[in-house]
Amino acid sequence: MDTRFSDEITGRPGGETITRCYQCGTCASSCPVAKLDSRFNPREIIKLSLLGEKEEILSGDPIWLCCSCYNCQERCPQKVEIADIIYAIRNIAFKKGYIPKIYSEFASALTTEGRIGKVSKFVENKRAGVGLPTLQPTGIEALEKIFAATGFSKLSQKKEETQ
Amino acid sequence: MTSYAIFLGCTIPARQPNYELSARKSLVKLGIELVDLPNMTCCAPPPIQSIDLRTSQAIAAYNICLAEEVDLNIVTLCSGCFESLAMTNTMLKNNEELKSEINEILAKAGKEFQGSVEVKHFLQVLTEDVGVDRLKESVSKPLNNLKVAAFYGCHALRPSELLKLDDPEQPRILENLIEILGAQSLEYRNKLKCCGGLLRGFSDDLALELAREKIVNTSKVGADCIATLCPFCFVALDIGQIQIRGKFHETYDMPVLHYSELLALSLGVPSEELAFETHKIKADKIISKIA
Repeated sequence: MDTRFSDEITGRPGGETITRCYQCGTCASSCPVAKLDSRFNPREIIKLSLLGEKEEILSGDPIWLCCSCYNCQERCPQKVEIADIIYAIRNIAFKKGYIPKIYSEFASALTTEGRIGKVSKFVENKRAGVGLPTLQPTGIEALEKIFAATGFSKLSQKKEETQ
Repeated sequence: MTSYAIFLGCTIPARQPNYELSARKSLVKLGIELVDLPNMTCCAPPPIQSIDLRTSQAIAAYNICLAEEVDLNIVTLCSGCFESLAMTNTMLKNNEELKSEINEILAKAGKEFQGSVEVKHFLQVLTEDVGVDRLKESVSKPLNNLKVAAFYGCHALRPSELLKLDDPEQPRILENLIEILGAQSLEYRNKLKCCGGLLRGFSDDLALELAREKIVNTSKVGADCIATLCPFCFVALDIGQIQIRGKFHETYDMPVLHYSELLALSLGVPSEELAFETHKIKADKIISKIA
């Protein structure tokens, strides 16, 4: 138990509104994933977070099962920004090194290519073949400066350590 | 002539020439000039927001700065790009504190967010810049009552408070744009429900169940095809049908076309110029119906 977990969440971008939740369950009944998989329930994630079940929340699969559709957030009568809160919790999990493989691949592609996914010579040739313009270069140097300023570079290094 | 900075993102230029070609050719035919700016990057969509939201907002703002520097509004094709850029644009325009926080980060990259341009979805350029009347007049090959199941996906509409494309529970913009081309827009069960696209790679089983529901419901009402807006929805529903065959032993043959492809065909762009070979579920039936 960590009773300061909800403070940690409200202190992060996207997490500010978690304490407004009164557990009505509108989110869970609007959720396409909760209908298919009992492991995921947005109301439960909010409840356990407010109760301070930090380790359970950060180390488990459920936070990564949100499909980011924002249905819950649209319908919440308390204007709890549920999808954004899940991002905030994922951000904390990432910092602690709880990182699903697919997400570390995204981070790695972004830091090396400036894109999620490489545009190979093959793709470039294919583009030219169908009459599409040559792709402009990405602003990877600018991104590197942004990463250094926000600490994202350290985050992706952490990812490499835990792999 | 109205000009836009076109924001391609990652998936469309690498994997969906069918989307890029149809959108470029349609917009040019409709009198919109598209400018390809150098140094744009990934938009920082939900998977990157999941890693670090503040960095994601800074990346989105950086890309908007590039358009601000040449005084062009941005048009996005991918709904993920629309969500990240439009959301950040609205947030920074309305929140001075956040704007200065992001600008402190951007200063390291020599940029400053002003809030001087708009980020528009492809559909908004059609309704607001081209206009419904001009679009109607430009249709040279009407879609002959083709039965189309409109599919918005999630991030064109939600979070609606920041994106403001249409009503998130009862949108009409896509249906109207389908009908303008001479097609019929069909209603079907759970139309606004997610395609599962963002779960691919983490929980493929769940992703496929969500995609399957979409294919089942559109098949039930007798749709000729599904019209998508987002490259992830396209993958989930097009390649998804091949994977559904493997997992559920059910065979569907539901063509999935981006709205822009239907638009390009109706404007008279020859199908051979539109990279239809990108589709796993062949769209031949649709093409011959229009020709």
